Amino acid sequence: MLDLTYEPPKPKVIAGAKHDWELVIGMEIHAQVSSRAKLFSGASTEFGAEPNSNVAFVDAAMPGMLPVINEFCVEQAVRTGLGLKAEINLVSAFDRKNYFYPDLPQGYQISQLYHPIVGEGEVLVEMGPGVARLVRIERIHLEQDAGKSIHDMDPNMSFVDFNRTGVALMEIVSRPDIRGPEEAAAYVTKLRQILRYLGTCDGNMQNGNLRADVNVSVCRVGQYEKYQETQDFSHLGTRCEIKNMNSMRFIQQAIEYEARRQIAIVEAGGKVEQETRLYDPDKGETRSMRSKEEAHDYRYFPDPDLLPLEIEQAWVDGIAASMPELPDARKARYMADYGLTDYDANVLTAEVDTAAYFEAVAQGRDGKMAANWVLNELFGRLKKDNHELSDSPMSAAQLGTILDLIAKGDISGKIAKDLFEIVFTEGGDPAEIVESRGMKQVTDTGAIETAVDEVIAANPAQVEKAKANPKLAGWFVGQVMKATGGKANPAAVNEIVARKLGL
Amino acid sequence: MSIDETTAARVAKLARIKVEPEALPGLATEFNTILGFIEQLNEVNVDGVEPMTSVTPMRLKRRQDVVTDGNQQAKVLSNAPDAREGFFAVPKVVE
Repeated sequence: MLDLTYEPPKPKVIAGAKHDWELVIGMEIHAQVSSRAKLFSGASTEFGAEPNSNVAFVDAAMPGMLPVINEFCVEQAVRTGLGLKAEINLVSAFDRKNYFYPDLPQGYQISQLYHPIVGEGEVLVEMGPGVARLVRIERIHLEQDAGKSIHDMDPNMSFVDFNRTGVALMEIVSRPDIRGPEEAAAYVTKLRQILRYLGTCDGNMQNGNLRADVNVSVCRVGQYEKYQETQDFSHLGTRCEIKNMNSMRFIQQAIEYEARRQIAIVEAGGKVEQETRLYDPDKGETRSMRSKEEAHDYRYFPDPDLLPLEIEQAWVDGIAASMPELPDARKARYMADYGLTDYDANVLTAEVDTAAYFEAVAQGRDGKMAANWVLNELFGRLKKDNHELSDSPMSAAQLGTILDLIAKGDISGKIAKDLFEIVFTEGGDPAEIVESRGMKQVTDTGAIETAVDEVIAANPAQVEKAKANPKLAGWFVGQVMKATGGKANPAAVNEIVARKLGL
Repeated sequence: MSIDETTAARVAKLARIKVEPEALPGLATEFNTILGFIEQLNEVNVDGVEPMTSVTPMRLKRRQDVVTDGNQQAKVLSNAPDAREGFFAVPKVVE
């Protein structure tokens, strides 16, 4: 089993006019389930289609239409639960959350208030080497997404597109274990990473496939520990919920602003009202969403169109047996098996595609060397051309061959960099390029000796200096490398130069 | 629990059903009759009785993750009081 020992990070402290304050943050992450069809209909989930083209009559809430659950969406929720080490509820049920809004044709969202499919789990959020926050997950439930309203196409009308209506969402609810804006962003990053490893959500925040509601409250130093001991919320301040954020930067800014707003109210002798707020990135502030207040009476009740969702333990076990290796385990393996640093292992495991590329290069080779080439040469080169790894002109197999050529002694490290550039820009088989362009390293000691003799004969003054100061032997090595077009084996040159100079 | 006219008006508003003020007393009385019946049901002791969700032993019907529906924009929009450029058009709603 994975054994990561870590210290919890210090909570963020904000100095008010009168006291120091700490933040208490809980998050609800809405993650769109990766699936072809919607949660209760056979319409496509594809992003960017013509408006209202991915809509079944169920999604449009035509009278008499009945929802039929997409089994794969259930499987994805279970897989996510297992990935967060959570308990899976073999019996769960769907409820109607009633509210009126133009993007919600049914007049209710089908959700799981009373009996969610996934119960308590956890996410380990690293904040630095050996420092991590264990954030408890309260629950994950399946629910329908709403449609999309566009407000800027007409001065008096809003335009509504139901393509997203009914797409499956997982709402992942954390306990209030997050203690600062940076931790909140790190939590979302980690959750996104796990979801992408699992393949249960693509994590595309720009398209709104991962959105966060953030509950923020402030308390005096020491109060939070009392809450943790008793799980009694009365030790904490009144919370406000900031809705629907889809950027890490905005999440942090909104939390920071909201905390200071609440501190100012309390220090002035006022009371924080529990309410829903929106973050306005242009103004850098949160404001009350008054329209939501009245709708807060959701009048939940069990959805009479849907029987309880019963799944079998054997089915859950089958999903558990096919789980991919998750980021924490993979990182620990890279550090243990390849001797990578904490930092390098983090970078290589951040994205599942990066990890897959690295492993293809490292397979059967020196892992540390593979890591250096991927992190330094490849990433640097990709960045220079504004490429992503996904459209890298160099395959893992090509890079692997270059490493093999170095390991065999066919090319020196310096030539390898030239070869890398050729393969990156022109493509082709690295081994063949080395042959056809005569890049092979000269290991023939006779040829190297001749080259060394020539350099020594041409530079008698340097020879005298080097004899007095052996450090200057490096100059001869450089001259020989130059004379051989960098193809001489550096180790052999070093040895021969030292011998000939009598050092 | 008893429903007064204010509560009746609130429920109507949440459901977006227009109720004239003179109809509210009657509506409140109807709500109270229904709730009275529910309260009568509440007198039955159901400790240890599993909730019955279906009269026949049925499992929730499932579908495969296959796209079988959609591509019917015209039909979807056909009942809309106002539709433009493939969208439903509604009075402006901005937060």
